[in-house]
Amino acid sequence: MTAPLHLTLAWADWLNLFVHFLTLSLMSVGGAISTSSEMHRFLVEQHHWLTQEQFNQSIALAQAAPGPNVLFVALMGWQVGMNAGSTGAALFGVLVTMVGIMTPSTVITYAAARWGHRNRDLRAVRAFKQGMAPIVIALLLSTAWIMASSVGGDVLAHWPLWLTAVVSGLVIWRTRIHLLWLLAAGAVLGALGVI
Amino acid sequence: MNAPPPDLADHSDHPRPRSLTDLFVSFTLLALQGFGGVLAVVQREMVDRKRWLTQEEFIEDWAVAQIMPGPNVVNLSLMIGGRYFGVPGALAALAGLLAVPLVLVLVLAVLHARFADNTFVAGALRGMAAVCAGLIGAAGLRLAGALKKSPLPLPWCVALSATGFILVALLKCPLAWVLFGLGGLSCILTYRRLKA
Repeated sequence: MTAPLHLTLAWADWLNLFVHFLTLSLMSVGGAISTSSEMHRFLVEQHHWLTQEQFNQSIALAQAAPGPNVLFVALMGWQVGMNAGSTGAALFGVLVTMVGIMTPSTVITYAAARWGHRNRDLRAVRAFKQGMAPIVIALLLSTAWIMASSVGGDVLAHWPLWLTAVVSGLVIWRTRIHLLWLLAAGAVLGALGVI
Repeated sequence: MNAPPPDLADHSDHPRPRSLTDLFVSFTLLALQGFGGVLAVVQREMVDRKRWLTQEEFIEDWAVAQIMPGPNVVNLSLMIGGRYFGVPGALAALAGLLAVPLVLVLVLAVLHARFADNTFVAGALRGMAAVCAGLIGAAGLRLAGALKKSPLPLPWCVALSATGFILVALLKCPLAWVLFGLGGLSCILTYRRLKA
């Protein structure tokens, strides 16, 4: 990827980037993606370390690749480093942004989970865990719906995509088939232009 | 190192990861199956196939993962790893989830400029995304079975789930409102039904 920006980043700038991602981590309830508008303000508008296009590509690529979506943060660090001129800087950018976004939330979650596990017989802890079950299920079904709408769009115009989603959902619900088979089938059908 | 801390050693009734390596490899394989998100794959692999977690445990852990800061699936992997092997387990699961996918996504970033406009690649990605949407829906349907064990009457659970779906999927309410508003209501109702 060619670098449309040419930056010179001092240690103070790297530190600034690191601290910014540390604070974002604390605010990332609902996932790192929920802080992406703040990342945009910081990286694109305030410091001009990323172009708008690089910012969008980071999110889209992480969605398309296997693995957790939080890796879009690594791609932003990578692109900032590439803009600063070298692959070494790009790898350093990945390190700075990923360690920044992961460390605080990881420590807090681990401590909270251990506390909850030790106190799992408390009435309040049981009420929280069992009470959230209907919401967890609602969120999963919502994500499926939103994802199908974002690939498929209008149901009538793109019914083969929706049919693929529904059929694979039913197969996964009812059988123990390995996911990779279904993903491969989806990829082949998509590449051939059938769906 | 392989002996879990005493307060975590209460899961002998179902299979468990054999070692830190087992955790790392399992989470790597799991992460590589998740296009557009890994959460539903966790349910599939950890609950349906490996049975390291029951459906109830998965739902409970996920509720915590969702409320805490940080990516949900990262939080969930930490908690699963930590349940069996303490801090080293949490780190092994986290490393498995991130290491190989990180390398892949960087390779993709380098290749992207060359192949982004290729219609085969774009079509294949679209097809995989459709399968993933089905996968996530199926995870929701499978977990719905766990509602039968809820202290709340089943019709209440269904009404809460349906309201949550309408708010998030159709009305696009911010997630925090639904989690704290509807989730809070559900927790209060559950609290009142539980015996102290």
